[in-house]
Amino acid sequence: MIVVVDYGAGNIRSVMNMLKALGAKARIAKDGTELGDATRLILPGVGHFDHGMSQLEARGFLEPLHTRVLNDRLPILGICLGAQLIARRSEEGERPGLGWVAADVVAFDSSRLGPELRVPHMGWAETWAHAPAVTQGKLPDVLADTLGLEARFYYVHSFHLLCDDPDTAVMRAHHGYEFAAAVALDNIMGFQFHPEKSHVHGKTILKAFLDWEPA
Amino acid sequence: MTQQHLVPTPGRPAQGRRVRVIPTLLIDRQGRLVKTVKFGKRAYIGDPINAVRIFNTKQVDELILIDIDASADGREPPYSRIAEIASEAFMPVAYGGGLIFEDQIARTIDCGVEKVILSGALAQGSELIGTAAQRWGSQAVTVCLPVGRNWRGRQQVRLKRGRKALKDDLNTVVTRVTEAGAGEIIVYAIDRDGTWDGYDIDLCARVATATTLPVVACGGAGQLAHFREAVEEAGCAAVAAGSLFVYQARGKGVLISYPAQDRLHSEFFAHLP
Repeated sequence: MIVVVDYGAGNIRSVMNMLKALGAKARIAKDGTELGDATRLILPGVGHFDHGMSQLEARGFLEPLHTRVLNDRLPILGICLGAQLIARRSEEGERPGLGWVAADVVAFDSSRLGPELRVPHMGWAETWAHAPAVTQGKLPDVLADTLGLEARFYYVHSFHLLCDDPDTAVMRAHHGYEFAAAVALDNIMGFQFHPEKSHVHGKTILKAFLDWEPA
Repeated sequence: MTQQHLVPTPGRPAQGRRVRVIPTLLIDRQGRLVKTVKFGKRAYIGDPINAVRIFNTKQVDELILIDIDASADGREPPYSRIAEIASEAFMPVAYGGGLIFEDQIARTIDCGVEKVILSGALAQGSELIGTAAQRWGSQAVTVCLPVGRNWRGRQQVRLKRGRKALKDDLNTVVTRVTEAGAGEIIVYAIDRDGTWDGYDIDLCARVATATTLPVVACGGAGQLAHFREAVEEAGCAAVAAGSLFVYQARGKGVLISYPAQDRLHSEFFAHLP
């Protein structure tokens, strides 16, 4: 069963709509006791980093999530804020993140953006496979197979992931400079963009996550 | 690996910058899709659900949905209609109309929209913007500034279908909205609405200069060249249009449409700064 973590930070319904459109069976977990029969997890979310972490804690998600992700090694997909929460920390807040990926979350460097580009980065951006991640086999095949020349996704964010090993950021997009569009490590995947709001492009890549069997 | 991977030139994407092109859907108190001219005369367009389904197949960037009667009627947003529309939309949806209390925003977000559009609420100051940004994040809070002229020709923010003018001048309002924590600003030129004559570029530029936020041009778009003007000349981050996407052409019948991606690239994106 696919379980979508609802911690009161974002639009769960859009994710459920897209899963339904894919014909996938999914349910919502409203607190840490409801992860029960999960075989695959989705951690969506928008908003402030600290709000997200404190809500995960308040709803008793922290311990069960650590167990299911790090011990049971369930495939998990973080989306937008959910993708940022898997990092160690964020410039947006004070609270530590989940720390599953050696990465920090940093603000867009507006000095590198040029006058025509603004923050939040809000809109569609073409998104591609990071070439060294492909050659090193860090980009999961399921993702590689979906990324054609036309791949584009909807983004809305003021912060982005910065990975210690840049090749953990397996997909890239551009807003003034190249940033991490997706990270993948072991059984953990994070999308900075919103697959649930990215038409057929999002549908295809969300399906890829559902089909993903991490090594 | 079954496909060739796109590798861009270092530091630049292969196809360049994109800008959001957003259909604006207006619904009336019966939940019907309509199109106005200068916030006045209305034409019946059709069923909004049908329009959203067509916009799905056209892969539109985003949708703006506004109930243009809710605020004037002093009515709640049409929650079930919003939920119905949002569940059909595989692109981000922003809803506006009749949002003056925090719990109305909460119910609207629960309907499945990504953003709320606050406008009439500005009559009570900018407190609601801050409250909403704290709770749902700035990216979820869009402010729409309908701008019209008073009898002396001075441009001012005019709420409630253009009838209620804010006392503060435009720049003051833009600064206040920005500081309150909004995520983007829609500038809706009332006297361009439904005219096909192009955006009010001076107005858009004035707002885009007065804020660091992304600014969405709205009101008057009649061709793709107008989109370029809004971005190149006025510094807007996105463009919205109504008539252009619900009529075949100026003075012609209803046709829900949206330019194909290759046309957007060749006639719009390829020319962006």
